[in-house]
Amino acid sequence: MADTLKPRDARDVEEAVRFALGNGTPLEVVGRGSKRAIGRPGQTDLTLDLSDLSGVTLYEPDELILSAKAGTPIAEIEALLASRHQELAFEPADYGPLLGGAAGEGTIGGVIATNLSGPRRIKAGAARDHFLGVHGVTGRGDSIKSGGRVVKNVTGYDLCKVLAGSWGTLAAMTEVTVKVLPKAETEASIVVHGLDDAQAARAMAAALGSPFDVSGAAHLPDHVTSHFGVLPDARAATVLRLEGFAPSVAHRSEALSTLMKPYGERAVLTQAQSQALWRDIRDVRPFAAGDNAARPLWRVSVTPGEAHKVAAAITPAAQMVYDWGGGLIWSAMPFADEPDSAAIRGAVAAAGGHATLIRAAAAVRASAEVFEPQAPGLAALGKRIKDSFDPKGVLNPGRMYAGV
Amino acid sequence: MKMPEPDRNVLARRARIVAALSAIVPGEGVIAGEREMRPYESDGLTAYRQLPMVVVLPETTQQVSQVLKYCYDEGIKVVPRGAGTSLSGGALPLEDGVLLGMAKFNRVREVDFDNRVAVVEPGVTNLAVSAAVAHEGFYYAPDPSSQIACTIGGNIAENSGGVHCLKYGMTTNNVLGCEMVLMNGEIIRLGGKHLDAPGYDLLGVVTGSEGLLGIVTEVTVRILRKPETVRALMVGFPRSEDAGACVGAIIGAGIIPGGMEMMDRPAIRAAEDFVHAGYPLDVEALLIVELDGPGPEVDHLCGRVEAIAKACGAVSCQVSQSEEQRLLFWAGRKAAFPAVGRISPDYYCMDGTIPRGKLPLVLEKMKEMSRRYGLRVANVFHAGDGNLHPLILYDANVPGEIEKAEAFGAEILTLCVEVGGVLTGEHGVGVEKRDLMPAMFSETDLDQQQRVKCAFDEKGLLNPGKVFPTLHRCAELGRMHVSGGRLPFPDIPRF
Repeated sequence: MADTLKPRDARDVEEAVRFALGNGTPLEVVGRGSKRAIGRPGQTDLTLDLSDLSGVTLYEPDELILSAKAGTPIAEIEALLASRHQELAFEPADYGPLLGGAAGEGTIGGVIATNLSGPRRIKAGAARDHFLGVHGVTGRGDSIKSGGRVVKNVTGYDLCKVLAGSWGTLAAMTEVTVKVLPKAETEASIVVHGLDDAQAARAMAAALGSPFDVSGAAHLPDHVTSHFGVLPDARAATVLRLEGFAPSVAHRSEALSTLMKPYGERAVLTQAQSQALWRDIRDVRPFAAGDNAARPLWRVSVTPGEAHKVAAAITPAAQMVYDWGGGLIWSAMPFADEPDSAAIRGAVAAAGGHATLIRAAAAVRASAEVFEPQAPGLAALGKRIKDSFDPKGVLNPGRMYAGV
Repeated sequence: MKMPEPDRNVLARRARIVAALSAIVPGEGVIAGEREMRPYESDGLTAYRQLPMVVVLPETTQQVSQVLKYCYDEGIKVVPRGAGTSLSGGALPLEDGVLLGMAKFNRVREVDFDNRVAVVEPGVTNLAVSAAVAHEGFYYAPDPSSQIACTIGGNIAENSGGVHCLKYGMTTNNVLGCEMVLMNGEIIRLGGKHLDAPGYDLLGVVTGSEGLLGIVTEVTVRILRKPETVRALMVGFPRSEDAGACVGAIIGAGIIPGGMEMMDRPAIRAAEDFVHAGYPLDVEALLIVELDGPGPEVDHLCGRVEAIAKACGAVSCQVSQSEEQRLLFWAGRKAAFPAVGRISPDYYCMDGTIPRGKLPLVLEKMKEMSRRYGLRVANVFHAGDGNLHPLILYDANVPGEIEKAEAFGAEILTLCVEVGGVLTGEHGVGVEKRDLMPAMFSETDLDQQQRVKCAFDEKGLLNPGKVFPTLHRCAELGRMHVSGGRLPFPDIPRF
């Protein structure tokens, strides 16, 4: 069992990293550990647990910003924002149940470090697009900051971007500032029934190319629809979400429903149904429970129009959920110890995009590449970036790529 | 402004260098005559001028790669340039440097409406991207005021914004991928038509890097469907505090307008005298609020914003009843800079961002500074996101006034940082704000930024002298903090 260091403040974090450097002891950097099972299995003997760095330090609803210590539970932040009718517009998913853990466990630092974005990614952007400022300790033991507490800022390099999605391999973040936005007054969803994957791709492209401001576009093939309680039957469902002020949502529901008429039979989901459905899509509910929970799970980002071709190249025994207008494919593979990497990587390479093995047994993740392998030049540049922050490899070494 | 010392060895080899570059980019792609190079001696920050050693205008990625490889091998500095509209001196040439102009990369390579992306070369102007997709009802959202002239490549370098970025984001939020050449000639691709990228988000750090990390040769941008309806409100307030409170109240009501612009009394007066937009002249602050979206939504929100404005003490409020009227509301704001240009021989445009709540304080202090420096100031303000553009009025022909205007500007930006804001919201650091960087960043912060620069350009040849007040050789940045063998903070429990 690895030892754990639990710093109380940013100063302690700096001391912990300097200790790690002095002793050649790499650190596993964690918040509350809810996404620990993602990535290449670590080889560290010491854990840097940031969960005591907790608490919102600044929240100014009128300025649309919030700052919090990195270990602040995301649930706490979402509750605070909801009390002022605001939200994190990138709609962070909760991977807890998907990874066999509890729901509602993540931290804001973990959400940023994994660039975790949900269905609204297509309209509002990713976590990284809402990440305005950071304080953290690099793998050199330096306390640094980047960005600020204002939305519009081009002063110096935007190191927030490179830290978002770096899986704790560059710096241990101690405090972050994010942009927050008003929560929509209401929402509704249009469901188009019975489309195959290719038809669904065309329907979603038409909806997303319309002026009706679609904030979620997912396709749920018939083999997964039974996992979604609010869907009326087992036919495939292509779901389009509309959010905003009530008169606007009413107007757009009608207009979008008309636009979708040539594609198939339609139904409208009310606010409560729509909210429940999109929460389940966000958290990929079909693959979180029952027999499906044992399936190796891929998260694949591709050009939306190519998604059904990628899916066609994967074994028909795989189950899929399409989000992001088709651009995000969740693919659950049929056999517990066989992620079928070659087929996935090959299909993704042909279409352009990247695949991450979000869930698999540790032994599988130790032998297969979890993150998309990069072209040699890009991989070398990534390694140089790693070295610029963490030359001795003391922060989550190898979590993303061997040697990085 | 102190720039890096010219390398005498490079200057001594100038003829050979020009010949070698001409072999890579044949024909008129290499400009070495003094008169022909004159148009390149400065960018939008005209106070600084310097002729480059030579100008190169490549046409292909291969040529860019070969030029950079040659310069890398020979130790020659390179300054990239798009349309040269930078307001911070980002494209200011170096005496011993190659000025690499990207204007010939001017083709739209692909428009893909199904996937809502356009693939363009970096020399395509910002407005030309929107023009290329307009026939299907699409547009490219970031709209810097120089959009007729500025290029997408330059927009990436500066992470350009515009009046609509409160709702639609800056360049960094609207770019999906790029092809780029590193200083050593290596060609890499970041991102693509899909969302996010594997590995580190390098596109995110390249965007806004002011031409210090690489030369972008192709860009994939996100395009959006144009909103069905756009209307604007023009609201006058007796006090700037009221206008500031109104902006807060609109956002507090859950409304994110497409654009929200504020002008102060001197700016209103100058604009009205210039374009006769019908601006009220008896108010301290004028707010233009633009709402876009489906018709019923826009109508609904116009009503709500009007009610909020009245509750905040507005003394005048007009809602545009036609597209013509909406454009008229904007005409004064859009002409604010030239309008100020009419009432003063010269003006100096600043670009700080502040937490919006600090606006009354900052305006008050600016009035005091204005008295102290004896220079007038007019303010236009992207009110929604706190991005302030004070225009300092001066006369370059009066000895000492440029220096006074610069000192005034520096004091404003320092104040922005003091109240929790930043030095630059959208114009970039360049040479202009380079020496103010320590007001915002510690040496440790800046060292880490320079280490990132080293990962892309370890010889420091790409656009040196910009952004960083002190240049370090990459080898000097290697130090680390190491502590002894004791476990830290032993007083707390370990598990």
